[in-house]
Amino acid sequence: MARIIVVTSGKGGVGKTTTSAAIAMGLAKKGHKTAVIDFDVGLRNLDLIMGCERRVVYDFINVINGEASLNQALIRDKHCDQLYILPASQTRDKDALTQEGVGKVLEELSKDFQYVVCDSPAGIERGAHLAMYYADDAFVVTNPEVSSVRDSDRMLGLLSSKSRRAERNEEPIKEYLLLSRYSPERVKIGDMLSVDDVQDILSLHLLGVIPESKSVLTASNSGVPVILDEKSDAGQAYADIVARYLGEDRPHRFIDEKKGLFGKLFGGK
Amino acid sequence: MQRMSTDANNTLHNGSALEFKSSTFSVPVLVLSSNDWIIIEHQLQKKIQLAPDFFKNSPIVFDVQWLNKNKLDIDIAGLLDTIRKAGLLPIGIRGGNEGQNKQAIDLNIPVYSVHNSLSNEHKNIDRTPAKAQAVAPESAAKAQATIITHPVRSGQRVYSSGDLIVLAQVSAGAEIMAEGNIHVYSTLRGRALAGVQGNVEARIFCSDLEAELISIAGTYKISEDMRSIARNKPVQIYLQEHALIIKDIA
Ligand SMILES: Nc1ncnc2c1ncn2[C@@H]1O[C@H](COP(=O)(O)OP(=O)(O)O)[C@@H](O)[C@H]1O
Ligand SMILES: [Mg+2]
Repeated sequence: MARIIVVTSGKGGVGKTTTSAAIAMGLAKKGHKTAVIDFDVGLRNLDLIMGCERRVVYDFINVINGEASLNQALIRDKHCDQLYILPASQTRDKDALTQEGVGKVLEELSKDFQYVVCDSPAGIERGAHLAMYYADDAFVVTNPEVSSVRDSDRMLGLLSSKSRRAERNEEPIKEYLLLSRYSPERVKIGDMLSVDDVQDILSLHLLGVIPESKSVLTASNSGVPVILDEKSDAGQAYADIVARYLGEDRPHRFIDEKKGLFGKLFGGK
Repeated sequence: MQRMSTDANNTLHNGSALEFKSSTFSVPVLVLSSNDWIIIEHQLQKKIQLAPDFFKNSPIVFDVQWLNKNKLDIDIAGLLDTIRKAGLLPIGIRGGNEGQNKQAIDLNIPVYSVHNSLSNEHKNIDRTPAKAQAVAPESAAKAQATIITHPVRSGQRVYSSGDLIVLAQVSAGAEIMAEGNIHVYSTLRGRALAGVQGNVEARIFCSDLEAELISIAGTYKISEDMRSIARNKPVQIYLQEHALIIKDIA
């Protein structure tokens, strides 16, 4: 049985797709057979970030409608043979996703895969609801600003009341906080909420802090998940997150300001 | 002369010793539809028996509009006697004719116009059963307490027909309501409304007050009114003479 992870937030542009690509790759590289599904029907972003846009033949909607088998639609990643991508359709409208259809696809994937990562669209409407409905774990991606935190809080409310687990009165979805696009410098001048502020408001288990980093854009432009850029701070942050999710105990990083050489030599702590 | 010096001692500032403030009170109105003393006295007694504590020394405004419309005259001095005998304290007349209003003023009873007071009418109705409930607490005790163990998130609402106990935080944008008391054993950031069916004895308890709104039996404060409240301190909130009191729990 696969573990189903939804990467969600409520707000758009916070780093859900970046995160979905990175953690799916991270899990696969650790040897777990992983599928990542793009629920953002109409936008189709994940395949670009994964660098497989030219290999898309069939998509998620084709599978739901029975126009293609799951095996025909799944794209094997070119960097890691344990990772498969199920792309979204660019041409269909959002109503093509049905609860029953999504359920069938996830059930079929569950037989063969260890992890299924669902990249949720923004908002709290149908697409976002279907992405989280069957989830076992939720990675709530939040930026350190008030509106993003509030949207995440709202999404957490839906996770605890509108999911299959909630409806069946099963053990609730496990919720994790991923604080993304974090900039200690901007926190210091009061432009952004701090890690503590966000945790105080959401009271959620912090899985990791991903720093604001140029490496993310570079990675997505070249169609390689940023976690493969092992030298980059964002890549390391995602590697930590995957390790912590799998039970490793790693200290948090990227929370404090970077120190220059001078700071490293003479700085206090 | 002696009085004056005492007053001076008790006045903190050299400025004024008093101040006029505008305030709204919720007062029951006794609407009459008979001018027969026997009937009035009998029915008044019966009503009071239902909630003696509520009516004891309760201020009351009596309304004679219907009587005047139906050309039934009533003697104001006699009516005042009857009302006082029943244990009520008449503080106003409403809907009186010229002669009745003059008679009332002569007896130191203020005259209220029907027009001015109507907008508040429904509040009076709301309040009556509340006090009556305090008289008969069995009905409140019957309702089960609701216990919530997970955070109440933005956009979520929780309603309890008894007490409501929340063992986690209540987020901004969330709303919790109870007919009885509310306990939040964490930070209260959303809206909390206790005594929503009019129970003025209901209280709110929380370990950290940062609420957007708190309300007891319809009397409320919004976050702007609570800026001076220290954070991270357990407090309780209750009604005292129609005002919300926020007090530290030592
Ligand atoms: N840690 C980061 N540092 C800098 N830019 C980031 C980071 N995470 C995401 N971005 C950028 O933010 C934008 C939105 O990211 P995306 O993952 O598509 O968000 P979502 O899927 O939530 O809409 C993209 O341009 C992406 O490159
Ligand atoms: Mg996206």
